[in-house]
Amino acid sequence: MTSATDTTPAPKTSRKGVRILQDLLTRPRAAFGLFIIVLMVGAAVFAPWIMPHDPFEQSFDGLSLVGAPLPPGGDFLLGTDLLGRDLASRLILGTRTSLIIGVLANGIAILLGAGVGITAGYFGGWVGAILMRFTDLMMAFPALLLAIVLAAIFQPSLLIVALVIAMVNWVQMARVIYTETRSLAERDFITVQRALGAGHLRILLKHLLPHLLSSIVVFGTLGISTTVLLEATLSFLGVGVQPPMPSWGNIIFENQTYFSTAPWLVFIPGSAILLLALAFNLVGDALRDILDPTLKGRH
Amino acid sequence: MSAYLVRRLFESALILIGITLVTFVLLYLVPADPARQIAGRSATVETVQNIRDQLGLNDPFFLQYWRYLTALFQGDMGRSYLQRAEVSELIATRLPASLLLMVAAIVTELAFGLTIGIVAALRRNKPVDHGLMIFSFVSISAPQFVIGILLLYVFAVKLGWFPIGGYGTFAHVVLPAVTLGFLGAGWYSRMMRSSVIDVLGQDFVRTAQAKGLGKARIILRHVLPNAILPIIAMIGIDIGLFMSGIVVVESVFGWPGIGQLAWQAIQRVDIPVIMGVTMVSATAIVLGNLLADLVAPLVDPRIKMK
Repeated sequence: MTSATDTTPAPKTSRKGVRILQDLLTRPRAAFGLFIIVLMVGAAVFAPWIMPHDPFEQSFDGLSLVGAPLPPGGDFLLGTDLLGRDLASRLILGTRTSLIIGVLANGIAILLGAGVGITAGYFGGWVGAILMRFTDLMMAFPALLLAIVLAAIFQPSLLIVALVIAMVNWVQMARVIYTETRSLAERDFITVQRALGAGHLRILLKHLLPHLLSSIVVFGTLGISTTVLLEATLSFLGVGVQPPMPSWGNIIFENQTYFSTAPWLVFIPGSAILLLALAFNLVGDALRDILDPTLKGRH
Repeated sequence: MSAYLVRRLFESALILIGITLVTFVLLYLVPADPARQIAGRSATVETVQNIRDQLGLNDPFFLQYWRYLTALFQGDMGRSYLQRAEVSELIATRLPASLLLMVAAIVTELAFGLTIGIVAALRRNKPVDHGLMIFSFVSISAPQFVIGILLLYVFAVKLGWFPIGGYGTFAHVVLPAVTLGFLGAGWYSRMMRSSVIDVLGQDFVRTAQAKGLGKARIILRHVLPNAILPIIAMIGIDIGLFMSGIVVVESVFGWPGIGQLAWQAIQRVDIPVIMGVTMVSATAIVLGNLLADLVAPLVDPRIKMK
């Protein structure tokens, strides 16, 4: 990133990781974000044990005498949905959906974006030109429209939704990594390696990648937030995760027509989406502060 | 400047042609058969085949693509499979509503974003600043459909200040515009804050202070104009955000724009309409980026056109 780090080998990642974590915890916003992430990951992992009811059971007790969903409180902590299912349990199981898709889609997007960016930036020439023109092309696509069309082409399953989101989200990462690789590739320490006869793969993995790691971590973290929001939006439009498998977006999709009489069915899952996206944005922003020294003290 | 302009225009045209190809490939792959949609459930196999022939769906891929591309250059985007109308007509009747919504959203996001950014920068590291920045984080993390439904619930259902949905009067525009502009307000407030902080640290501001000018005068006459210009220059980039946003916002508020048109077309596999809206949105995004690229050097001469 900066010239100061050029010649020094990348420090041991585990020790650095601990230092970054300590730094994050001293910042109130980032610490709050981390807390939310830990909480949600906990809910996702331990979902089967902490769900108070069966999330798929259309309980007879879950509806009022006239067949309306129950408001929060009582036996059903957060109330029930239109089919009399326990909202709290569906929300907890939905955490799994959001996180699985968030991590999976974002992981694929990072691999794809960083791969394209490094390749284009390192080799340059016509390979780079073609890859980056393609990236420009994808950038000009209205992201949501593209995702909807893709989701409509393939029958949406968890994996397909993740792939669709990855197809839309890799572009940002590719641009960032391309620009950085471009400036790194011309530096002396890479030229030296090349003169010493190091192979392309060795230079890419051992000498370029470590310097790109901070950007990948920062944009990877921020990207999870984008992913979570996109999944929720697709599911809200009915082309994402399909019911009865709960996702925060499709809980709102299923119940939105009754938002004026049963607002909790929209606003509780809505808050969950907001909190998770916010958490990753806060942590990502703090990571950018910590890892990019050129920005230090400016904000 | 002119060489740069020509090159950027050429690049933009290439990108647009690329977009026609990608869109065409994607929709070529759609497994749902538009002929069957048109013919209806009880149609015979022959009827469906006839319709496929009529629409040219049995022709080889490149012939279909070439036909689409040449027609597109003449401004012909084909006919909707399901509505008896030209796609260009459908889009033309819907476009004004979407443009109106976007202009209103730009006004909203700038009004909120710039104000918040300025206040935060002038109260830097004070509680007000922290509060406002948390708000900006919330606004970039909030799902648009939830904001839309929340505004509907509070201001239309509970307070009754605005209509539940629809189109026509000023009151109809307010909630959709705020929903669409909410995300941008978050981005603009953060950019504006750092822009003001940058300008405050520059020499000419110190000179103005040394001359003994009043604080209000320095901020209004010297700091703000310099801080706002580079931010305004970026409006072109918002088009991309808006083109995704209108699909959601128009469906929540029943706003009769191209976002709603696209959404309805996708649900009914009306391929010519999907292609048309995608092309119009992509063109808008490309032009928006071009505009931002051309305006940035005019505003800040340090950015060179290359």
